[in-house]
Amino acid sequence: MPAFPKAAHEAVRNETLRANLRHATHTIRDKRARAVAELDDWAALREAGKRIKDRTLRQLDTHLLQLEEAVTAAGGTVHWAADAAEANRIVTGLVRATGESEVVKVKSMATQEIGLNEHLEAEGIAAYETDLAELIVQLGEDRPSHILVPAIHRNRGEIRDIFRSEMGKWGRPAPDDLTDSPAELAEAARLHLREKFLRAKVGISGANFMVAETGTLVVVESEGNGRMCLTLPETLISVVGIEKVVPTWRDLEVFLQTLPRSSTAERMNPYTSMWTGTTDGDGPGTFHLVLLDNGRTDALADEVGRQALRCIRCSACLNVCPVYERAGGHAYGSVYPGPIGAILTPQLRGTASEVDASLPYASSLCGACYEVCPVAIDIPEVLVHLREKVADQGGKGHRLEKAAVRAAGWVLDHPGVLAAGERIASKTRRLHPKKLPGPGAGAWTESRDLPEMPAEPFRDWWRKNRT
Amino acid sequence: MRVALFVTCVNDAVFPSTGVATVRLLERLGVEVDFPAAQSCCGQPQFNTGYRAETEPLVRRTVRAFEGYDHVVTPSGSCAAMVRRHYPPFGADAAGLAPRVYELTEFLVDVLGVTDVGAYFPHRVTYHPSCHGLRLLGLGERPRRLLEAVKGLELVELPGAEECCGFGGTFAVKNPDVSAAMGADKITNALSTGADVLCGADNSCLLHVGGMLRRQEAPLRALHLAEILASTEEEPWA
Repeated sequence: MPAFPKAAHEAVRNETLRANLRHATHTIRDKRARAVAELDDWAALREAGKRIKDRTLRQLDTHLLQLEEAVTAAGGTVHWAADAAEANRIVTGLVRATGESEVVKVKSMATQEIGLNEHLEAEGIAAYETDLAELIVQLGEDRPSHILVPAIHRNRGEIRDIFRSEMGKWGRPAPDDLTDSPAELAEAARLHLREKFLRAKVGISGANFMVAETGTLVVVESEGNGRMCLTLPETLISVVGIEKVVPTWRDLEVFLQTLPRSSTAERMNPYTSMWTGTTDGDGPGTFHLVLLDNGRTDALADEVGRQALRCIRCSACLNVCPVYERAGGHAYGSVYPGPIGAILTPQLRGTASEVDASLPYASSLCGACYEVCPVAIDIPEVLVHLREKVADQGGKGHRLEKAAVRAAGWVLDHPGVLAAGERIASKTRRLHPKKLPGPGAGAWTESRDLPEMPAEPFRDWWRKNRT
Repeated sequence: MRVALFVTCVNDAVFPSTGVATVRLLERLGVEVDFPAAQSCCGQPQFNTGYRAETEPLVRRTVRAFEGYDHVVTPSGSCAAMVRRHYPPFGADAAGLAPRVYELTEFLVDVLGVTDVGAYFPHRVTYHPSCHGLRLLGLGERPRRLLEAVKGLELVELPGAEECCGFGGTFAVKNPDVSAAMGADKITNALSTGADVLCGADNSCLLHVGGMLRRQEAPLRALHLAEILASTEEEPWA
């Protein structure tokens, strides 16, 4: 993946993408604002969510062990995966043991994070995404570009074309006369997916929450596909990040209010599915929980950065982010795009690669993300903190930049020198070029004129007129 | 009342007229203004780009420069936010300066208790609330109330006012394409108002947006709020 500025360079020039993103993010952000404004105690809920998550993260080990005990007691099996490779190995082994070669999936960020679908495919197992937007992305051999609305970058016409040309290769084809009306598109997807739900013997899910006291997992969703995946197959495998645990049912009360309002701007999400181990004659007979670390304990060790683990994946920060709106999700080179991706991804993956080192800078620090975050993650604070880490590691460009910052710092710390410099700039102002050389300054004057330098700096005016 | 003017490095070097306007405005309101010459940059560009160690000497310098003043006034929401929100972790002295620094509109409305500063500015004006003033300082309605009280001024609503203009300090250099795209949308919205002046309380944002307006030779100019408030019937601002 290229670094963010380079990926964004392409995206910004794609007019269709820009229009799709603008329309979708503005629609959701306006609805979210109305849904949030309905609650008098929103500020208190936000603070409560933040505190529950922080308290849980402080004693994560205890809560996870309690969860394991409860899941096991309820008839499930818990597996611990340190990284993506281990999680993929565990899941593949579990699917193999069933003798099946296909699985149905409810949309899950954790399985995207570890590249499970690609891994299963390489192992000869077909994984069918059943979330409508994920289906669009999968059929189009595309990548998701939003946490909640993976196909946000596509419009209805594009979706109709994908359905018409691709559905038949995977199962029931779309009708030949399919139009781009939402009802027809949804019906085509429904019929296509129904075949898969009824045939599948193995389901794979993530979870929005795991309740430690009872070993219960929770998925909230809007389409009902999740409920089908969770209840119809004989075997259910859930892959969940370790930060998704909450201690008690009581804690869910807060998040089941803040999550839907922040994400889909609904008062309550349409489908809330909860499962606790296995029950005879009802739902899957075999249940496996794969607890995924994959960089999370590293993030937990960072005193400033750990607040990113509070995230409940609502995507409100994406929908208000002016940078996301122009660059789109793919530019972030990660399954977690937008402001939360810019702080979560470099913590989970480190900042060694060019794209991961560029992510903390993919923000103008406008603060809109912090304002809407339902668990009060101070995203700008973490961005600046991660910029320190990237600057300290001195990678590409940063050694030179540090030298420049130091030199500028010295001048700024010597007002006499600074004043002399300002005076020279003012005196030579007629000679200044309109366009500047160099990558940074050149890019600046590509689309903007520099201001004309004043005849004298403020300090000279002051000295002449007020002393 | 005696206050120290924290003019900020950008205003000192590039927008001295904003500093001059701030001085004239405050003096007109009966405030005695000092300019401690030891002041320099608050350190925000270094801090926000990830150079904390390089920020420290500038924090110390700023703190020393404004020792002994109960009120330090600055015509920059962004620099005020740097001191208010990010100085405290740098030590007790830095934390002590934080509550004494006021952004200009805060000082006028909260400390002097005025909204009508006796200004006259016969133009159609739209106001861009810069992100740091809006979200980090919580300036709220203060700038608008001041503008609404200006004689002759017609204030028109800026669509998408609370969206970032795309400046973001070094962001404009590190992510030039996204920054320019954000700026382009901001000026499209500003031009749609039919205003002839785009007003803001942060010259760094106006440097970016104003630069795009000049490049397009748009019939709209960017102007700092202080310069509008300094303008009177007797001495109209250019």
